[in-house]
Amino acid sequence: MSAIAEKQTGDTLETVTLSPVSRLDLIKYAGASGDYNPIHTIDQEAEKAGLPGIIAHGMWTMGNLAKLFTPYYEEGFIETYKIRFRGMVFLGDVISLNAEVSEQTADKVTFDVLASNEKDEAVLKGTVVFALYT
Amino acid sequence: MLEHMIGKHSDKVRNTIERGAVRKFAEAIDDAHPIFVDEAVGQATRYGKNIAPPTFPIVLDYGEIPDFELENKGLIHGEQIYHYERPLFVGEDIHCWAEVKDYKEKAGKSGTMGILTLESNGEDSDGKRVFRAEQVIIITEAVRKGMEA
Repeated sequence: MSAIAEKQTGDTLETVTLSPVSRLDLIKYAGASGDYNPIHTIDQEAEKAGLPGIIAHGMWTMGNLAKLFTPYYEEGFIETYKIRFRGMVFLGDVISLNAEVSEQTADKVTFDVLASNEKDEAVLKGTVVFALYT
Repeated sequence: MLEHMIGKHSDKVRNTIERGAVRKFAEAIDDAHPIFVDEAVGQATRYGKNIAPPTFPIVLDYGEIPDFELENKGLIHGEQIYHYERPLFVGEDIHCWAEVKDYKEKAGKSGTMGILTLESNGEDSDGKRVFRAEQVIIITEAVRKGMEA
């Protein structure tokens, strides 16, 4: 695995593709995060809210996306993590996580990050600034 | 509708970054990396301890902002930003509070939307900032009307 500090503009981190989103994923996240909003776990409540079915917590997907950077925490840390929630994630969706270097300086590497579904629709988009220990 | 809340904040609440909570959270995002969950591995890192995933602060208690109530239903999480001075360490105490940073209304396709920005903060026991987070929440017209009624 090449060091994050050596990444150049346009380089990417290895894409991670998640297993299809399951009900258990969202129940586990509800428990771990304390976000028990029933639109994430109970079909009838999601339908009452006008949704076609339960949807993933945006923060579940944002949490997953951060794992692209987990192998690099000996080299630095996520200083800024900024996400715009673009689309909903439904049960069975297959989410891919991507990061591409947009800028680098001596002590920071900035990435454009993206989570998209199997139809190539963006569900999250944002930036990660990874601060390097120098 | 919520303009008068801008600047209101909660009192600081002491939170311990609990090992078990970090493990459960890391597992829930399928990222149970040893740097988060294995004590021996944590000790051998540059930090000398385990750290928490960057979105972990969502589980912390920020206290109650006086007179501030938001219905859980019909809210849309628009944006989320974390800014860290350093990673969060497992086992440390973090003092957290929240503030209503901004509120605006905007005419949209489906009526007037409220755009609420909440800031949450965490500092260590020496009063040094560890992280700041910003959450942008969209309040749809239907929910806004319900709250006004």
